Amino acid sequence: MTVAVQRAAADTGRGAGRPPRPGLLTRLKHGYRTHWYAYAMVAPVVVVLGVLVGYPLARGLYLTLTDANSLNSARTIGVNHIDATYRFVGLDNYADILWGPTAWDRFWSHFVWTVVWTALCVALHYLIGLGLALLLNQKLRGRTVYRMLLILPWAVPTFVTVFSWRILLADSGLVNTVLGSLHLPQPQWLESTFFQRAAAVLVNTWCGVPFMMVSLLGGLQAIDPMLYEAAEMDGASAWQRFRHVTLPGLSSVGSTVVLLGVIWTFNQFTIIYLLFGVHGAPDAQILVTWAYQLGFGQQPRDYAQSAAYGVLLLSILIVFTSVYRRWLARNAQPAV
Amino acid sequence: MSTPGTPPAPAPTTRARHAPAPAPGAPAPSAPARAGRVRNRRRGERGRGASVLSHGVLAVGSVIAVFPIGWLVFLSLGPDKNDYLHPGGIPGKAALSNYTFVLAHTDFFHWLRSTLVVSLGTTVVGVLCAATTGYAVSRMRFPGHRKLMWVLLVTQMFPVAVLMVPMYVILADLGLIDTYGALILVYCSTAVPYSAWLLKGYFDTIPVEIDEAGRVDGLTPFGTFWRLILPLARPGLAVAAFYTCITAWGEVAFASTFMLDDQKYTLAVGLQSFISEHDAQWNYMAATAVLIAVPVSVVFYLVQKNLVTGLTAGGTKG
Repeated sequence: MTVAVQRAAADTGRGAGRPPRPGLLTRLKHGYRTHWYAYAMVAPVVVVLGVLVGYPLARGLYLTLTDANSLNSARTIGVNHIDATYRFVGLDNYADILWGPTAWDRFWSHFVWTVVWTALCVALHYLIGLGLALLLNQKLRGRTVYRMLLILPWAVPTFVTVFSWRILLADSGLVNTVLGSLHLPQPQWLESTFFQRAAAVLVNTWCGVPFMMVSLLGGLQAIDPMLYEAAEMDGASAWQRFRHVTLPGLSSVGSTVVLLGVIWTFNQFTIIYLLFGVHGAPDAQILVTWAYQLGFGQQPRDYAQSAAYGVLLLSILIVFTSVYRRWLARNAQPAV
Repeated sequence: MSTPGTPPAPAPTTRARHAPAPAPGAPAPSAPARAGRVRNRRRGERGRGASVLSHGVLAVGSVIAVFPIGWLVFLSLGPDKNDYLHPGGIPGKAALSNYTFVLAHTDFFHWLRSTLVVSLGTTVVGVLCAATTGYAVSRMRFPGHRKLMWVLLVTQMFPVAVLMVPMYVILADLGLIDTYGALILVYCSTAVPYSAWLLKGYFDTIPVEIDEAGRVDGLTPFGTFWRLILPLARPGLAVAAFYTCITAWGEVAFASTFMLDDQKYTLAVGLQSFISEHDAQWNYMAATAVLIAVPVSVVFYLVQKNLVTGLTAGGTKG
């Protein structure tokens, strides 16, 4: 806290010493003259994202402050157009979600599960991906073949593979048949809560490992072989080489893919939606699919709450990302 | 040191951590940990035991990776819709009848055409936008270039579910519902941020001197980008194109919301129509799923050589 205040004070101090800034219009004109190439190159993305993401976000934010649902929103039935009748209710939606009656069942239980799900999946992705990448990074006969086979889950569309997993994990599916023939218990993968969650983690891990593996393999190949030679000359053991050469060499790739992995897993809609459908597995729904169910999977559709969930999700991720980046920056300091 | 009675040395490298012991006993006799031979081996080589272990783990991993897809291919050969419940009976009556039915009696080719239009359109538009953005951020110090990358990352955090309704309203206002353009735009908005990050990282690895040489020879910034940098960035572009293409190829939620005409369904949406009827026709679904997976896998193997190098650059500078 004090650090932040000091920095802010230093900033204002520096600002005061500068000559008065030119007017806004002049600055804009100047900026346009020097940087118009850059702006022209960035413009398409900014326009498309502004229209398709920025505006929906602004509208979503507004909706969270109302009690909009499918009964009081503007709609057209046949030739009759009915105007929207929803009211402005302030922050009631957020209050209701976070500490209203049954808030635990609706929000907090899903929140806890979402956090567990994200941590578990990203950890599994990273560990398995790293293990496979290390194996593939050796001089090994047939490693091209292994690599091509191992990347396959990434190449085949998710809805195809999840469909296949559903058949495999069904009550009389192959997984249970094999477990049965080994005289092991045959869980109901798609019905009881614990196994639904286990199945979701399993399928998501299966789908997500190849991306991690390829990224980390790229990172491993970017490490200078000289470093390993030097370490070996100094008598470092295999573990020491891994700990002090491989891991630091991977840190930049690793931190990026972990961040992306957390964001993607936290918002992993497709796998859970396709594995269980909208109404199946109420306890295995993470916040994203839960928000979708509120907005689309029930009658009346609760647009306001659904949007409020979305805003909460976004805020959680933004907070996480800033903390993570700050943590990375602090940890990177001694290394440099 | 290594008397015959010594128990097997612990796995020699950390690489073996995930080993589910595929070849019992194999690493024991020649485990290199303590043997004097260690010093004689060149770097990057390892003893037989470690090698067998590596092959074992990779083989098990590959089987796990391929199996669900292979199983689907197998099931798609069963001609009856309940065959998936009794996979043991399939080898006896395997036939390609599901494939002929899907190809001849459904809208498969309409769906395929829509999917091709949408995913290729997304790839071209998306990669171009991502490349210009990535290049601008990589080379030009315009005000807000840092914030732009940050904003791009934030757009990845939006839950799809929440954007759907407002997006639908906007696209309806623009008269784009039920057109390919709508899907291309929407997919670009999801695929471009990551591609731009990736390409920015790749452009960072190309020396700035090349740009300067181009400028000295009288090229405009656009000319430099188009004629010098893009050709050099081909591996990065291949990865971005691949990523964009599979994102568009396999997306379900937006496609089923924004496309209303069943002739314009993409394959992902068309596939769902086999179970939305009164009965679930799993056999046709499996056959269609296989047919969908084939083209992507082909594209995939065309770019996979570039994949590792391209992602590295993106990752190390990310």
